Amino acid sequence: MRPMIKNGIRIDESFAEAFPMRGTALLITAPNRRWARQAAVTMTGFATSVIGCGAEAGIDCDVDARETPDGRPGVRVLLFAMSSDELQKQVVNRVGQCVLTSPGSACFSDLVAEDHLKVGDSLRYFGDGWQISKKFDDRHFWRVPVMDGEFLCEGVTGLTKGAVGGGNLLIMGADHEKTLRAAEAAADAMNGVRDVVLPFPGGIVRSGSKVGSKYKVMFASTNDAYCPSLRGQVNTALEDDIGCVLEIVIDGLTEAAIADAMRAGIAAIVKLGPRAGARRIGAGNYGGKLGPFHFHLKDLLP
Amino acid sequence: MKPFVLTLKASPVQRLDLSQLLPHLLAGKSIAEIAAIDIATTREKVSVGDVFKVAAGDGDEIRFEGGSERFDGIGRGLQSGRITVNGDVGMEAGRQMSGGALNISGRAGPYAGSCMSGGRMEIGGDAGDFLTAPREGEMQGMTGGMLVVRGSTGERPGDRLRRGTIVIEGHTGNCPGSRMIAGTLVVLGRCGAHPGFLMKRGTIALARPPVLGATFVDSGQFASSFPGIFSRLLQNESRGAAKLFRGSLRRFSGDMAALGKGEIYVPA
Repeated sequence: MRPMIKNGIRIDESFAEAFPMRGTALLITAPNRRWARQAAVTMTGFATSVIGCGAEAGIDCDVDARETPDGRPGVRVLLFAMSSDELQKQVVNRVGQCVLTSPGSACFSDLVAEDHLKVGDSLRYFGDGWQISKKFDDRHFWRVPVMDGEFLCEGVTGLTKGAVGGGNLLIMGADHEKTLRAAEAAADAMNGVRDVVLPFPGGIVRSGSKVGSKYKVMFASTNDAYCPSLRGQVNTALEDDIGCVLEIVIDGLTEAAIADAMRAGIAAIVKLGPRAGARRIGAGNYGGKLGPFHFHLKDLLP
Repeated sequence: MKPFVLTLKASPVQRLDLSQLLPHLLAGKSIAEIAAIDIATTREKVSVGDVFKVAAGDGDEIRFEGGSERFDGIGRGLQSGRITVNGDVGMEAGRQMSGGALNISGRAGPYAGSCMSGGRMEIGGDAGDFLTAPREGEMQGMTGGMLVVRGSTGERPGDRLRRGTIVIEGHTGNCPGSRMIAGTLVVLGRCGAHPGFLMKRGTIALARPPVLGATFVDSGQFASSFPGIFSRLLQNESRGAAKLFRGSLRRFSGDMAALGKGEIYVPA
């Protein structure tokens, strides 16, 4: 692969290969920003990869109190899964265990779509017959009595079948410190893009995987071509000046949102430059045969 | 799009049944055809042309210039489009309407909005007894939509209300929200005796409550997003109602003589 050079950073002539997912957006409000964030952080916890978590989820953005339905500070969260049934199960479990339980919380749909997932329509049964239904225009709210007052939850939320998961950037640098600095800059920039989340810890994953394994029980295993410690032993993808690789994975409600996020991430890494940050940017794919969405790095340069 | 305009020539000599004058029924009709529509309620024949000067339109809007308390059934069964009345109307205005908008600048008689299931109705002046209530033998009153009364109403507004929102900015007579099944009723003015009499479920909010019946039990104050949401949803409909829901509220539950899962909110 012939690298392009931007501000001294090599950019692979490669592409990120992504897959269709089912996605939804919820708006969680609370009496103050701290508790809105707390409910959002809890409900999007343990949601890094559908392989082991059932869902991929994260915080999209904070929402100002003036723009939420109940006039309280809010946080927008996105959830993704491979099927509508699995997403339905994950939404009800996560809102039920993490938002319903969080002090002062309320939960609203934040995606207008033709298809719907039940939220309050399932969680209302917690009210044991004391739940109250409130309709206004075409919106339906459930009020469930709880020990700190009432949990208010919208009946359904929008479901999009056009969500995309698995957009990614491989950030390669001289050492761990510089590579992490570049990855942090990219994650910060990408978090500013609406309709996407970075599901891994702080947006960054250090253990990228390849399909398959020498062990029968494993579906995926470490991406040996990108492990610096295995240079010389395996068919490595790393040059001698690379000592660390970090990856950012992106899930988005639309294909365009993922492209925007990748563009913002690349711009942030390029701006940081190779002395302080990364030396090379790549992207993960499976040869282009598995996923229908291809994000070519050459189309996303600043 | 030009509205159909029906200008009142002179005060009608008998009560009129105007329920045939709906936008979807007038669409495509000529002035002569509209003028021939029978609106009499007695043996004396009266047609639209006898009472109104008709100006044809092509839109889904009908405008009445001039009203009378003898205009019965205006907007009855309205499904879509808009009817505007610059004046008063008689009984059963907007009864069983399921969509569209009905605006009455003056007063309305009894059973305004009776059994309406959708759409938006606004009465600029006062309304009579049994606002949105069911007629004889019907089990439910209003089942959806939005009704705003800028003036006052008579007795038992919101009787057997099932769903939808009613805002009365003025006063109301006795038993507002009687036999409510669900839905929301807001009264900003003075309220007669026994609000929520025999209500099963639903929400009544009273800015100036009377002494509540003994079958309403005090549930005190508690944190909820519900008043904040309704405050915002009602902001464009009634600033007074939005203000009431913004303030601190106390809940009474009842009517314990019926199912008892209803609530009356009063300022704390």
